[in-house]
Amino acid sequence: MEFLINLILLLFLSAVTVAIIGVRNLFSVVVLGGAYSFLMATLLIAMDAVDVGMTEAAVGAGVSTVLLLSALHLTKTDEAPARHSNVLAIALSVLTGLVLVYGTWDLPRYGDSENPMNTYVGADYLERSIPETTVPNVVTSVLASYRGYDTLGETVVIFTAGIGVLMLLKGRRRKEDEDGEEGRQS
Amino acid sequence: MRGHLILRVVSKLLIPFLLLFALYVQFHGDFGPGGGFQAGVIVAAAFVLYALIFGLQAAQKIISPALLEVAVPLGVLIYAGVGVLTWSLGGNFLDYGMLDSHDPSHGQHLGILLVEAGVLMTVSSTMLLIFYAFAGRGR
Repeated sequence: MEFLINLILLLFLSAVTVAIIGVRNLFSVVVLGGAYSFLMATLLIAMDAVDVGMTEAAVGAGVSTVLLLSALHLTKTDEAPARHSNVLAIALSVLTGLVLVYGTWDLPRYGDSENPMNTYVGADYLERSIPETTVPNVVTSVLASYRGYDTLGETVVIFTAGIGVLMLLKGRRRKEDEDGEEGRQS
Repeated sequence: MRGHLILRVVSKLLIPFLLLFALYVQFHGDFGPGGGFQAGVIVAAAFVLYALIFGLQAAQKIISPALLEVAVPLGVLIYAGVGVLTWSLGGNFLDYGMLDSHDPSHGQHLGILLVEAGVLMTVSSTMLLIFYAFAGRGR
């Protein structure tokens, strides 16, 4: 049953991907991207990664779709036709894809109890989380307690990314306003 | 956005539940899935929905960009401040057990709560600020 659900979700995912490549209207591309994120979130929940699934649904399908739509509001909604032949780009993409698929052959089998993930440090966290922190959700105790440094780093990354984007968006605007005033004066 | 009666009524009904769900995800993160990141994004999504339906100015009246610009660094400071506090209490950086002198496990819960509050603040206000900046450019 789980195999069937995963298979259907993955088929839907590939259908959405093909549709995104084919469609020229950027509005449809953004909406299809939201659908892709929701499918991905469902797939993550089927893999028992509820925390990641929740983030994917809220960030990928929710906020970033809205941000892309508001960006589309400022530009044209149709993709310009390609000026050059993109055979080379397709060849490079297919080649990279094949290399990545070749790389998956060396990955440990999904859900195998002999995986490095389940034998070394992961098993240690599972054993020690409740006696040491009394936090029942191991994801939270690893994220905030054992790996508190990493999460602090992630928060600083969001902070830095945020002020970077804001400087780009707001700084440009102020300059445009000044230019407009100068234009009016002369 | 005048007209669109159904959208306005439905989103008015939906937004309180969205915010309540965000609080649940935030404070229940010790026991179930969720935490500061997820809750922060859900809070931001609720306000983005409000801004989409009732207009950017109405949303900025509730949470002004100036307030958000304070909240973004404040979240990081709360997180790092917990680390400095555990330092000053004689522990390692972010050693939450130090926060409660009687029972280290209470300190763990308290520390995680504070740290997640910092994450929530930074994530939700960064998302909203970026949305404000994008949406404000269209006019």
